Amino acid sequence: MNTSTTIAEKITPGAVLLPELDVLQTTLAGNEQIRFIRRKALKSFRLQGLPERKNEEYKYSPVAALFRTGRSFPASTHSLTRNDLTPFLVPGMDAFLITIIDGKLSRELSDELKGTPALQLHDLASLEETPSAVFQKHFGADALITADPFIALNTAAFRDVVFIQVPNNARIEKPIHILNIVTAEGAELVNPRILIQVGRNSAIQVIENFIAIGKAEQTLCNALTEIRVGSGSTMLFYKIQDHCKNLSLISTTQVYQDEQSHFDTHTVSLSGNWIRNNLTIVADAEQCETHLNGLFILNNHQHVDNHTLVDHRKPNCESNQLYRGILDDKSTGVFNGKIYVRPDAQKTNAYQSSKNMLLSDDAGMNTKPQLEIYADDVKCSHGSSTGQLDEDALFYLRARGIGADSARALLMFAFTRDVINTIRIEALRTQVEELIEKRLTH
Amino acid sequence: MLTIKNLKAGIADKEILKGFNLSVKPGEVHAIMGPNGSGKSTLANVLAGKPEYTVTDGEVLFAGKDLLDLSPEDRAREGLFLAFQYPVEIPGVSNINFLKTAIAEIRQYKGLPPMEAKDFLKLVKEKQALVELQVTLANRSVNEGFSGGEKKRNEIFQMAVLEPALAILDETDSGLDIDALRIVANGVNKLRSDNRSFIVITHYQRLLEYIVPDFVHVMYEGRIVKSGTKELALELEEKGYDWIKKELSQQVEA
Ligand SMILES: Nc1ncnc2c1ncn2[C@@H]1O[C@H](COP(=O)(O)OP(=O)(O)O)[C@@H](O)[C@H]1O
Ligand SMILES: [Mg+2]
Repeated sequence: MNTSTTIAEKITPGAVLLPELDVLQTTLAGNEQIRFIRRKALKSFRLQGLPERKNEEYKYSPVAALFRTGRSFPASTHSLTRNDLTPFLVPGMDAFLITIIDGKLSRELSDELKGTPALQLHDLASLEETPSAVFQKHFGADALITADPFIALNTAAFRDVVFIQVPNNARIEKPIHILNIVTAEGAELVNPRILIQVGRNSAIQVIENFIAIGKAEQTLCNALTEIRVGSGSTMLFYKIQDHCKNLSLISTTQVYQDEQSHFDTHTVSLSGNWIRNNLTIVADAEQCETHLNGLFILNNHQHVDNHTLVDHRKPNCESNQLYRGILDDKSTGVFNGKIYVRPDAQKTNAYQSSKNMLLSDDAGMNTKPQLEIYADDVKCSHGSSTGQLDEDALFYLRARGIGADSARALLMFAFTRDVINTIRIEALRTQVEELIEKRLTH
Repeated sequence: MLTIKNLKAGIADKEILKGFNLSVKPGEVHAIMGPNGSGKSTLANVLAGKPEYTVTDGEVLFAGKDLLDLSPEDRAREGLFLAFQYPVEIPGVSNINFLKTAIAEIRQYKGLPPMEAKDFLKLVKEKQALVELQVTLANRSVNEGFSGGEKKRNEIFQMAVLEPALAILDETDSGLDIDALRIVANGVNKLRSDNRSFIVITHYQRLLEYIVPDFVHVMYEGRIVKSGTKELALELEEKGYDWIKKELSQQVEA
């Protein structure tokens, strides 16, 4: 019927991006190593194309609509001031602020990581001046371009890299707060890129906020963060998606854990139009502990897809996944939790729980646990449920004089408690509680 | 206080209350007894406004208002209290937060200023002592992990805190040992007054030795089939419900 769409569908998905991507290769900053990495990634992206409808991994989150037309890549830098950032800070939390605008580190809006001798913050420019062997070794080493087309796409098109290096034996009390800001108004594609390398026996806490400042109705942010947690180290990582407006967001986090390390993460999605969170953990040594928590509260036509993969490669590790979702109106959610237990990974304890509450008949949730276990002496379990608000509990509250609306809000808030209670930075927990309370009482 | 006239109600297509009549005056204690399945809990739930039940006929006046016209929360705010036969566990909602919210909303409805935090804590402590409820309520969820007896005592505790005009106790005695029964009854007796009424639903005469009723009614198949004073409860205990059933069928035959 409509010839133009028929033709468009026949073109390799992602082809609309290729002319711009070719141009980018010659204009983006970076030394020879970086250019080489980008070229290789572009080649890989060309081969993979964008995930098609039949791709299992993207079955419930088709991306075709995001690529109907070409996209441009932001090159300029928006001029924001510190005052503009106030609404995005966590009240009462003293933190190192790192601001990324449209994929580029803003030095003016970032704090120097002072008072903590060896903690370092780099971008492509400073890496060119002082090359880092650690960076060269680890950049792109864990987030494999062949694993997912959006990793390839980010790696082909990042305009800057924010590299945070935590030395050995550094217990950093002050959290690092990253504001990942998108100012784009139109059909831009932004590719923020972060590498966090934590040495041995260290501890850090990182909060990453995704923020859309413009209308962002057509904008796509394809963010990629690689994290290495050294042996004996602890990292808390909070991803908060609250100021996203109508942004479409693919947020990939690739984590590599060394011996006796501890990685504890929360993904909280409250706003944004279409979100795909890819969270991959590779526990590649003994006695790693990993906690993956997620919470999303959706309404209107929002869509949030949490894809987790915990790859247990060595013995005596533990992982724990706890995801909670509340979906209203015509919103949709996905939880796809994959656990690999490799033949070597005896004595693995791996748990997964996904519970969701549907507030409307039009809302929908797809849950898919995938346990692939190749070792025999392991404890793995998963549980998932999707239901409605407990009517008996609601009546009990109302029968004590609590109005229907506040009774509902109380029950929904209670449903999120398991996840909120595990946020260990108190000021952040308070803020998230307030955001959720506001969200649940409209 | 409460007048129920020809109340008919049910669930889905099933009629459970089949023309129920009862009048309760201020300060009176009415006991409703009757075999399992006769509709006692249904009556309690319909009066409290549980949405899944539909009222098809009759009227209920409570303190001069058309009770059936009010939302469940407004019935509670007007002074109706139901101690549930099966109190619900509500994970994630703390007992204290729950009570605080309830009191705040009831006071707002009545146009009263919010209760001071220290007055609230004092009230809670005092009433907890009344029902000898020793669990720490602050950081525990409503009824979660409570034993059967604790759940029942929590109902009476809530009643004591909210000070209703009319309390309906739905088998609060079932599952309680004799000590717990005495504590619960004692809590109720301390709250008895000239302007507070009770409807005590029970299976056993035992509770009525402690909470002495002004009237005893026997409910069967959705209706009151016999009314009397506390001696009726003793008679039931002795002869069982078959006696009533027999009497009824004889009436029908005659
Ligand atoms: N939620 C319900 N769904 C279906 N049937 C019900 C429900 N509640 C009560 N009934 C039925 O109504 C009748 C009366 O029940 P109930 O009021 O619980 O009696 P009682 O409390 O006197 O034991 C029973 O036959 C019971 O099966
Ligand atoms: Mg009953």
